[in-house]
Amino acid sequence: MNSNKEILKEKEYTILNLGPTHPATHGIFQNVMKMDGELIVEAEPTIGYIHRAFEKLAERRPYNQITPITDRLNYCSSPINNMGWHMTVEKLAGIEIPKRVQYLRVIIMELARIADHIICNSVIGVDSGAMTGFLYVFQWREFIYEIYEELCGARLTTNIGRIGGLERDFTPLAWEKIHKLLKEFPEGLKEFENLLVRNRIFMDRTINCGPITAERALQYGFTGPNLRAAGVDYDVRVMNPYSGYEDFTFDIPLGTNGDTYDRFMVREQEMWQSLSIIRQAVEKLEKMEDKTTFHADVPNFFLPEKEDVYNTMEGLIYHFKIVMGETEMPKGEVYHAVEGGNGELGFYLVSDGGRTPYRLHFRRPCFIYYQAYPEMVKGAFLSDAILTMSSMNVIAGELDA
Amino acid sequence: MSSLTQEYITEKLQSKFEGAIQSIEMLHDFLTITVEKSSLKSIMKFLHDDESLNFHFLTTLCGLHFPDQAAQFGMMYQLHNMPANFRIRIKSFTNDSEPVFDTMSDIWPAANWQERETHDFYGFRFHGHPDMRRILNMDSLVGWPMRKEFPLEDPFRGDKDDKMFGR
Amino acid sequence: MSENNQKLEGFEGPGFLATSLDKAVGMARKNSIWPLPFATSCCGIEFMATMASTYDFGRFGAERLSFSPRQADLLMVMGTISKKMGPVLRQVYEQMAEPKWVIAVGACASTGGIFDTYSVLQGIDRIIPVDVYVPGCPPRPEQIIDGVLKIQELVQNESLRRRNSPEYQELLASYGIE
Repeated sequence: MNSNKEILKEKEYTILNLGPTHPATHGIFQNVMKMDGELIVEAEPTIGYIHRAFEKLAERRPYNQITPITDRLNYCSSPINNMGWHMTVEKLAGIEIPKRVQYLRVIIMELARIADHIICNSVIGVDSGAMTGFLYVFQWREFIYEIYEELCGARLTTNIGRIGGLERDFTPLAWEKIHKLLKEFPEGLKEFENLLVRNRIFMDRTINCGPITAERALQYGFTGPNLRAAGVDYDVRVMNPYSGYEDFTFDIPLGTNGDTYDRFMVREQEMWQSLSIIRQAVEKLEKMEDKTTFHADVPNFFLPEKEDVYNTMEGLIYHFKIVMGETEMPKGEVYHAVEGGNGELGFYLVSDGGRTPYRLHFRRPCFIYYQAYPEMVKGAFLSDAILTMSSMNVIAGELDA
Repeated sequence: MSSLTQEYITEKLQSKFEGAIQSIEMLHDFLTITVEKSSLKSIMKFLHDDESLNFHFLTTLCGLHFPDQAAQFGMMYQLHNMPANFRIRIKSFTNDSEPVFDTMSDIWPAANWQERETHDFYGFRFHGHPDMRRILNMDSLVGWPMRKEFPLEDPFRGDKDDKMFGR
Repeated sequence: MSENNQKLEGFEGPGFLATSLDKAVGMARKNSIWPLPFATSCCGIEFMATMASTYDFGRFGAERLSFSPRQADLLMVMGTISKKMGPVLRQVYEQMAEPKWVIAVGACASTGGIFDTYSVLQGIDRIIPVDVYVPGCPPRPEQIIDGVLKIQELVQNESLRRRNSPEYQELLASYGIE
């Protein structure tokens, strides 16, 4: 007995400093971990290593110049952020968006969701030792980049769309690529799934790794795939439909344990749902009589055609007003949320009628749910902690704003 | 599921916290209630605990600064009752220059970092918060960056020629 | 092709090449750079694309990413470096063994980019010396590869004595690095 007590007294913990730049943590996260051998006793995350002052910056930028800032929130799925911001301003200004534009936006957002989940899921594979899946499926992300390029000219930080619509209609080549994606991506995704979903090593590695209960997840403010993996069917697209999501039929995939495997599977299934939504949107657009509208009729917000700017007085005035940020905004405050790649991405906007927002607060899902991380990895192995982090899809840009 | 209505919530709050409710308004389909700072915590706790209200989810919170108002500093909380799909916004203002709010992190753990962020941005302190430190900025930063008087750009930059940019 | 693929000068015969030590070492170094990806934000995702199958960064002798600064030759700084991150970056640079090169990928690493704010370091060249800047927000994978090719050029043509030269010591001293 006595000697036992002495051993207990002598027990020493190792303090392990994981990060800020650690090869396994894909981004800038520091965790000071108290380790008992290989087990984590305590973890203390430090964040803010790429704090870029988005909210302060947004107070000094005209509304249309804030879109590039939103790009850099969750840069794995920038188009969703862009659209969310446009919709927030449209809500404030009371702009009705034509159905066709809404469906085009849905296509863009769902493409972005697929691109986001491709990164997250293939990186879970990489962290559990399966590089091949990443190399396969990244080609599809490249392909989605190509579609983005066709739509807006950029690959990653897209700045896609404008307040009041899209900057241009989809080109024939873009449609061709979207059809190609719809036709061929299922095969690629299936191939990726075959590598991992029933893979014994992968399952042993991820099941029961970093679990969280539904109750705890809700208390911690989880949203998005991470919350759904815990078994709560909360999806902003269904709860507060925006941009015509109410016209689509899709399932919300759910997990049960809230562990890494469930998070992986929820994302995997969401990609299939996104594909189905894109397919429905394409069908709806084909049936639609209107084939040309790509923006609402709001000359106060939407830049006129270049020809009009050069040839008509009105066009020139509107162009000048928009570019100089002289458009009058209504006073008021508005909150709009979209289902981002990681969950409810909300914009709380207070306008005092000036050319810039008076206050713009981003509800950043990563930032809110990352605080549950110490609790999720307590008592786990170090290698599980790495997997848990990558399966939570914590994106530094969104985390630190 | 019984659906929550605006009337029900406001009535319930009015009857329980008479005098503490300063204003009730609908701002773009969002029920917004401004309350007295002293009873903020008890109202929030009531909204969370009351079974018929059941605002179990803290969507977001942030600080506000209106230098032109007498009560210049404020907090904004957004709560969500998911089963009834009802959202509510609670605001509270104070004219204190060094405001101290009660922490919500014991009701919603999600408030923990968000309150630290608000502290980091505005310098508010949260009474009862387990770990009141800066979270995003460096500890050595002087001032509270989201206050309106704080400059956006680094004031120590020497490479910008103001003459050329008309600043 | 560019001077990047230039033939080594020297005396050549069947199966052998005689050249100066400088050039032989330069060639060997050039084609076996071990990069340390210091990826903080958006540019890191573009670097992922560069690493992946479509662009295949491994073609340039940089297949092996060295996540440990001790074994790395090339520090690739990709993304915003905030003031909080600055000391960390500097420490990583100091830990790297000579010879070492630095490439600043993206507008943020080069100049601070669109984030002219109180919390962002306005270009990493304020704390560590930089060899090549790659503009773009974020740069395309082609641009990143182009930047690395520029580094390869520098590596190939660098004199073996450069790291001992007073100019180099002066440069490091101007950054306060011993």
